[in-house]
Parts: sequence; structure tokens; C-alpha cells
Amino acid sequence: MPNKIKSAGKKTWGTITSRFKKFRSNFRDVPLISWLVAFGVTVALEIFVGQALARMVGLSKPPALFGVALVLDNPAKFLSAIIYMILVYALPVGVIAYLTKGVGNQIAKWLLQFPLLLTSVVHLLLIYGVMHYWTNISDYRLLVARLAMISIIVTLSLNVVNGYMGEFSCSHPGFMALGAYISSIFTVLLFVTENRFGDALMPAFLGPFMFPVSLILGGFVSAAGALLVAIPSFRTRGDYLAIISLAFMFIVKSLFENLEVVGGARGISNQPDYANLATIFVWTVLAIWIINNFVRSTMGKALNAVRDGELAASAMTVNTQKTKMVAFLFAAFWAGIGGGLFAHVIRYINPGTFGIRKLAEVLAMVYFGGLNSVTGSIVGAVGFSLISEALRPLDIFKWIIIPIMLILIMIYRPTGLIAFREFDVAQLFQPKEKQEEEGVDHAAA
Amino acid sequence: MDVFLQQLMNALQWGSFYALIAIGYSMVYGVLMLFNFAHGDIFMVGAYIGFFVSSGLLALNLGSVIGLSTGVELGLVLVLTLIFSMLLNSIVGMGVERIGYRPLREAPRASAAITGLMIGIILETVNLALLGPQRRSFPELIPTTTITIAGASVTNKKILIVIVSLVLALLVHQFVQRTKWGMAMRAMAYDYVVVPLMGISSDRIALMTFAIGSALAAAAGILFGIAYPVLDPNMGILFGWKAFVAAILGGRGSILGAALAGFLLGFIEIFVTMIFPSTMRNLIAFGIILIILTFRPHGFFGEPFSAQLRL
Repeated sequence: MPNKIKSAGKKTWGTITSRFKKFRSNFRDVPLISWLVAFGVTVALEIFVGQALARMVGLSKPPALFGVALVLDNPAKFLSAIIYMILVYALPVGVIAYLTKGVGNQIAKWLLQFPLLLTSVVHLLLIYGVMHYWTNISDYRLLVARLAMISIIVTLSLNVVNGYMGEFSCSHPGFMALGAYISSIFTVLLFVTENRFGDALMPAFLGPFMFPVSLILGGFVSAAGALLVAIPSFRTRGDYLAIISLAFMFIVKSLFENLEVVGGARGISNQPDYANLATIFVWTVLAIWIINNFVRSTMGKALNAVRDGELAASAMTVNTQKTKMVAFLFAAFWAGIGGGLFAHVIRYINPGTFGIRKLAEVLAMVYFGGLNSVTGSIVGAVGFSLISEALRPLDIFKWIIIPIMLILIMIYRPTGLIAFREFDVAQLFQPKEKQEEEGVDHAAA
Repeated sequence: MDVFLQQLMNALQWGSFYALIAIGYSMVYGVLMLFNFAHGDIFMVGAYIGFFVSSGLLALNLGSVIGLSTGVELGLVLVLTLIFSMLLNSIVGMGVERIGYRPLREAPRASAAITGLMIGIILETVNLALLGPQRRSFPELIPTTTITIAGASVTNKKILIVIVSLVLALLVHQFVQRTKWGMAMRAMAYDYVVVPLMGISSDRIALMTFAIGSALAAAAGILFGIAYPVLDPNMGILFGWKAFVAAILGGRGSILGAALAGFLLGFIEIFVTMIFPSTMRNLIAFGIILIILTFRPHGFFGEPFSAQLRL
């Protein structure tokens, strides 16, 4: 009898999945541009009728983050949030993407004749436009979006070391701290009048233009700090990176705690609000673009070779020492940039921010998303940010759930959800052809 | 001179905590080739277990029940606390091994390191959630008396702490060197592939390693509670990391090396505070360790690493 139930259950499950597959195959030939247009329409819809619709389903205002913040806080409202999500997001996006796929494919095909750079710019502008209006609706949404993009930068840079190089580095909070402090000192010293550093030395209108300089400066300083870790730890293979990078993290933390010039344990505040959505978006795109090119370059392949067998790699004329050094400094540079942006979003930093919890968070993003994969890092950073926001009502218990989640990932999927997959921009923007059913199955397998 | 002697005693006491924790790290690292990053928090759990056991024993009021003088009663409580807490904490350690590390025996070692970190955070958070963020004060088990040796005044607590930790370290060293179990552990450290083929259960050895390490951590926690009777849920973090670095400094799997490096770290920290402000302690301690590791990466007593690590 139980067997029968089981097989019956399997049958319904099977029909559900096959129906879902069939349903999904309708959307397989929707190009990215159509999705973006559909999202744009949805966002417009939310701006115009979101408030009224939210009232109708019993919410005081449109759910900020797809309702994830309500899951644990107020489960009764979460149901209305789901209805709202279906009405405002899922249904219109699906319908519009489906309807515009013909036109979208034509446009995508037409865009193919232009250089990839132009196509990318068109898509990025669309993405930014959607995001701009989407985050316009609530400040909370804006903050989470900005932090999530910074997480993407930091996660990607850690993935270069932990995924592509296959070492275990714990010093990313340290690099972030260096970048955050250096860029904060730069901007606060030059453009802000406050108690610690005195009057502004430069007119304020120059600030946004000098902000990239401060970030890059922070990046270079954290790369220089990385040199301190890299020189002793790459002389021999083994666990030295894990140990020395850990020591480095604590050194940086207690260094800033002891420097009264930068506020000691109290930290720096009053950073100017330069890191708006557009700035962070540009930096994130730059980071994804450059890191993706780096890991697909000869250097990136050499890095993978070093990971898979250092001896073999050096026999194949890979300069292992140099490869590891460059990759590590490169990763530290981007972590510094991420730290600088972070400091200007939160607008308050202290050494305690860059401790072991931060490390756990970044590691969770990398291993949740997937090692050795740019797509994985993006998915991991955004997904983890959403989960983290959803768990916020749990307060302290959040730090029981997140570790357990990560332990389960380590046990059942030690390389993460989307590991070892390449990120190909050209393929992303291509027009999608309708594929045969069998071909689809093959691709899935 | 007497100031120096006094600081020497302080350094010995401070170092003995590090030494006891570092031995636990070193044994796990030697036998299983993994970093038990949760060990600092196991130390914290040990201190809390010690707190509850000793408070419970004091509440039982053994002295008036059996008819002992106060001094004898406190001594009895101390001994019982040490024994019970070490037993209980070794169960905690074995649990951590069973849940967090055994499923990952064949996984890349980074996974085990992450699991360790996460278990540490879980232990801290559970403690915070159950007991709240307020600090607890460890009951006074030894009434303080001050002895003057060669012009330096030393409390009896310090002498007791140093002696107990030295005895424990030597006991574990003897256990590993002299007994059959110890031989099995050393064999595992030597070759973890072949040893299970010789009829030695690697799981059992792993459990034993964790049990011994956690028992020592509990002892360190109780001694810490005797010396500095303030416990808070985050006490294990920095202590654990520093002991970890001390374990590396001592050399892979070397118990006496770990103990020695722990004492060395204690010396560095105490004598740094004599010259610099005490907030610089962590900075300078980690800096010195970084420099030593740069020039002697395999530590004082460890063998140089071979290239065939499974990472």
C-alpha cells in the first residue's frame, strides 16, 4: 500500500515537473532584452498602481523586497505579499516577455551586427533604468540593492582566491577595512567639514569626481597589504595562506583600533553620500567585466592550472609564484574597492565591522553561489543578501540559521550551487532560437 | 627585578591558557589535518560548563552535609569541577566532530574549515540566546593568598594554574607517546590512508582526539575563570585564534611544541603591555607571529610540509 502511494506521488510529481518543463519551454526563446522590457513595464505598473493594489490585498505599502522581509516577521501578510507579487510581477513579466519575444529576438539579432560593447551598453542601460525606478519606491529597497551590488564585488574578488586559485583566504575583511578606511579618510579629509579632520580642503563639487580616485587609492593600499600576506604564504604550498591571512585580518583590525587619528575603536563617520546607485552600478559592472576577463585570460587559466596541480603547472611553464601573487593582489584590490563603496553607503565604519562575522558572510556568499564561477558569485551575493534580509526579524537567531545553512551546503554541495560555470556575455545577449524538445532535455542533462 | 619576576609569573599564567588550548588545536591538526576553528568556542563552552558545575556543586553545600572544613570543601569542589567539566566538554567536542567534521572527511579541506567557523558562530549564538549577553562571574573556588618569593609577590592561584596546566600538558604528551591509543594517533598523523587498513578505526581516533582537545579546553576555561572571574559569550574568539596561531607556531602535531608556543605567546603579550599600551597587545603579538612564520613556516617542532596536501 505505501508503495502505491509512493508511486502515485511520484506520478503526480512527474506530471507536475513535466508540465512545468513544458511551461518553461515557452520562455526558452525569450531574449534578455524582452525580459528587461517586461521588468521595466512591471516597475512602471508598480509605480502607478502599486500602492492601490497593495491596499487591495491588505498591505499598507508595496512589499519592499519581494516580500522576503515579511516571511518571518508577519506570515499572514506574507500571503498577501505573494498575491501582490503574482499580480504585479510574475503575471505581467511573464505575459509581456512572452508577447515581446518575437520583437525582442528581432532587436537582439539586429544588435548582433554592432560591436559587443554597444550591445552591452544598451542592455546595461536597460538594467540600470529598471533598477533605478525599482529602487525609487522605497529607501530600504535602495539600501539593500546597493549593499547587494557591493557584495557582488567582494564575493567575486574572494572567488578569485578561494575558487579559481583554490587556496583558502580569510583576509577579505581586512582588505575591505583597508579600502574603507583609506577612501573614507580621503573623502572626509578633503570634502567634509567636521571635528576630526577639520575643514574641507577642496570645494564640495569636486567630491563626486574625486570619489573614484579615493576608491582606487583604497584598492591599491589593500593590494599593498595583500603583499604582506602573499610574500610569506606563497613561498611554500600548504595552509599558510589560511593562517597568515587570518593573522592579517586581526592585525588590520587591531591596527585601526589603535590608531586614534582615525577614531580608534569608534571609527569614522560623516562620509559624504557619494556612493549612489549609479556609481555603485558602474563599479559593479566594471568589477564583473574586469574579473570575468581576468579569469578567462591566460592568467586565469594558469590560475586554474596552479589549483589543479602546482607541479604540473610549473612543468608547463606557468610561473606559479607570479600567477598566485598577481591573482591575490588583484583580488585584494577589488576587495578594497568594495570596502570603500561600503563605507560610503553605510557612512559609518569602525574596526568591529570588519571582523569574523563579515568573514563568515563573505564566505557564505562565495560558497553558497559556487566556486570558480562568476555567475555563481553574482547569484550567491544577491541570494544571500535576500536571505539575510528575510532572516532579519529573527534577530540573533539569524546567526544560527545562516551557519547551519552553510554547513548543509558544505556537506551536500561543497562547491556551491552554480560552480565551475563560465560567464559568457555574448551568449547572454544573443537572440534565443526556439529549440526542439529533445535538444532542451539534452542541454539540461 | 621583582617587577620582572612578577610579570614572569603573569606571563606563565597567561601562557598556560594558550598552551592548553593550543594543544587541542595541534592534536586535531596533526591527526586529522584540519583546522578546528570551533576550538576557541569550545573553550568558551568549557568555561561556562565549569561555571555551572561549580555553582551547582557549591549550591549542594557538600561541606555541611558531609562535615568538611571550608578549605577542604572548596578543594573538593575544584577537583570535581575540573573532572566533570572536562568530561562534559569532551562530549561537546565529540558532538562537534560527529556532526560537523565527519561528513566532510573526504571533502576539500576548505569545507571543513568553513564548517568549523560556522560551528563556532553557532556555539556563540546559542550561548547568547540561552544565557543572554550579560557577563557571568565565576565563583571563587580558591581564596586568594599572596606569597612572596624573592621579592615578588605571587598569588597562590597563579602557581596552581601554572602547575595544573603543566601537569595536564605533560599527561597528554605521555598519553600520546606511551600508550597504544597514542601510538594509533601518531600513526594516523603519519599516514591517514594506510592506518585504517591496519584495523584501527579512524573515526574512533578522531573522536578521541577531539575529546582530549576539548577536555583540555575545558580545563583552560576553568583555570581562566579562576584567574579572571568574568565570562562572556565572545571570550573564546580572540583567545581561540591566538591559540590557533600558537599551535601553528609550535609545529604540526607537536604537543610540547604547542605548549611551548602558547607560553611564548603569553610572554610576548605580557611583556608588550609592560612597554606599550595594552591595546597594542594583539597587534604586536600577531605581528611577531607573522614574522616568525615568515622565516620558519613549519613552526618550531614541526616537520616541513610535504607538497602532497589534499586541498
